[in-house]
Amino acid sequence: MKRVLFMMAMFILAVAAPAFGAANTIVLDGSTTVGPLAKSFAAYFTKKYGVKVMVSESGSGNGAKGLINGSCDIATLSRAMKPRELSAAKAKGISPVQHIVALDGIAMVVHPGNPVKNLTKAQIAAIYTGRFTNWKEVGGPNAKIVVIQRESNSGTQEAFKELVMGKTAQISKDAETQASNGAIKNRVASTRSAIGFLGLGFVDRSVKPVAVNGVLPSVATVKSGSYPVSRPLYFYTAGQPTGTLKKFVDLPKTVDGKRIVSELGFVVK
Amino acid sequence: MNEEVRKESGRSGAFIISARKRKFQKIAKTAGESMLLLIASFVAIVVLFIFYFVAVDAIPYFQLRGFSEFFTSSNWYPAGEPGEFGALAIIYGSGMVTLGSTLLSVPMGIAAAICLSDILPFSVRQYAKPIIEMLAAIPSVAFGFFALVIFAPLLQTHGGPILMWVWWVLAAPFLLLAAIVIADLITAKIQDQNSRERMSKVLLAVFSVGALGFLYWVGSVLQGIEILTGTNALNVSIILSFMSLPTIVSVSEDALQAVGRDLREGSYALGATRAETIVKTILPAASSGIIAAVILGVMRALGETMVVWMASGNSSHIPDPWFNYLEAVRTLTATIAGDMGEADQVTGSARYHVLFAMGLLLLVISFFSNLVSERIVVRQRKILSGQ
Repeated sequence: MKRVLFMMAMFILAVAAPAFGAANTIVLDGSTTVGPLAKSFAAYFTKKYGVKVMVSESGSGNGAKGLINGSCDIATLSRAMKPRELSAAKAKGISPVQHIVALDGIAMVVHPGNPVKNLTKAQIAAIYTGRFTNWKEVGGPNAKIVVIQRESNSGTQEAFKELVMGKTAQISKDAETQASNGAIKNRVASTRSAIGFLGLGFVDRSVKPVAVNGVLPSVATVKSGSYPVSRPLYFYTAGQPTGTLKKFVDLPKTVDGKRIVSELGFVVK
Repeated sequence: MNEEVRKESGRSGAFIISARKRKFQKIAKTAGESMLLLIASFVAIVVLFIFYFVAVDAIPYFQLRGFSEFFTSSNWYPAGEPGEFGALAIIYGSGMVTLGSTLLSVPMGIAAAICLSDILPFSVRQYAKPIIEMLAAIPSVAFGFFALVIFAPLLQTHGGPILMWVWWVLAAPFLLLAAIVIADLITAKIQDQNSRERMSKVLLAVFSVGALGFLYWVGSVLQGIEILTGTNALNVSIILSFMSLPTIVSVSEDALQAVGRDLREGSYALGATRAETIVKTILPAASSGIIAAVILGVMRALGETMVVWMASGNSSHIPDPWFNYLEAVRTLTATIAGDMGEADQVTGSARYHVLFAMGLLLLVISFFSNLVSERIVVRQRKILSGQ
């Protein structure tokens, strides 16, 4: 569905872009995790400066691709650009500049009825590699674990792999795959023995976050750095931004920007 | 008279045509015809172009990685460094889901088509058929949403009882029919009519009790099953069978209607009952159309993307045991949809081309099944016309 929306957005863009003129429009594309943040920034920015801002969410990988191909002005990424993407950008004569928007924790979530309260990083890694397949191996009830991950174009997925499992470990083939934060939340909320991971901003009462290495994910623990599974979220621009683009990229540093960041459950840098 | 002719020619210009006008007409005719030909061949050209462009992007994959990994390994780690592209489990998942939906939709679809064409009165059929066809108008994303948000949790909480009820509803009529037929067959040799009827009744009672016991036993086993994850092959098979039903019902009903009154009336005139007419006359006569309907339905299930992407769970493994429909699977279409975003030429070539290899595989499969169905239809037509 996201892809269909993306296509539609691209179509509308193709139709609408000449009408607005390039200077008057800012186009953002990328991570579904950064999506809500980008949209709120966009609404605020349009209201304040009268500049049209369009936000698509097609995954961090697509965002980077868009920046390299010139189809968006700002790529929103929930991971740093990979060396391969940087070299691809360089080959096209673009030098991507990184701007940190906010910090985000990746919360490990389970069904609210699951008694497990705490997992260590090693236990989570063992669950995702398929070494642990039953909840009783981590102190829970006797039930098979339903492991849920994201698609390979997800920045959250890559950040999770890097932060929890290490670069070389591979997620078990038995793991189910869902296309978005929302889909994972939905599956975990409705499946008793499921485990999944979400951006901190997506956690609500329908799922239960578990503590990692004894630390519960929250704004405070992410900010202090004590929550082990956290990462920065990025805007990438092609070269140093100027004019309205610079104003937009600097939004997170303003008072209103900081308020938007914390209202959405992310953490101000 | 003369005046009449003049009038006629004045109206249509058919009688007196100058050489110039004729030439112009000829050119216009050629232009119009070639225009129509161009439009008609455009469809064929589009198909050829799709084949060409998919193949052009698929072949580099096989040049890079060879054939054996794609078809024999089930390690699907396209994002790994280096990536692994074993598609066996994904091909298996596609096959599993397609087979499951076919097993459900074909009996239901053909039964519904027979009911519509030969059993229901015309006034009911007028309303029933459009309603069934309306299923085809529901967007697949709506089916997917239903499968993910409503059906999957339902399977998890009430999976056992649902399976039991489905088993009862589907199996009970068949077993009852089987009991009647077997009892009739066994007693057919008894000469004396009275004792034959008595014997038949006794046997029928015995078989019915046996069938009921079997139904109950399997039902209670099914009721005990706990479904761990609702996004699994069964969920998708059921939803896909609903999606291919309108195609199967509509096309086979047309085929059954095409059989015509004369064959039906001929059969009745020979003393056949309605059941005999349907089974022995109408179904064989319409079989080519029904097979075409089935293949169209299968193609619909194989090519469907949105529902399987949302609700099949997308784990690229072969279920354990291999026929376990209660585990998540991943299909070719869902993989193409899910991995396309990341897999750009810019970031990784094998990873990009492997998706086209999958697309080519799907194209080839559907091409061959269309070919096969075409052959069957032609052969059937020949047999029926007595050549």
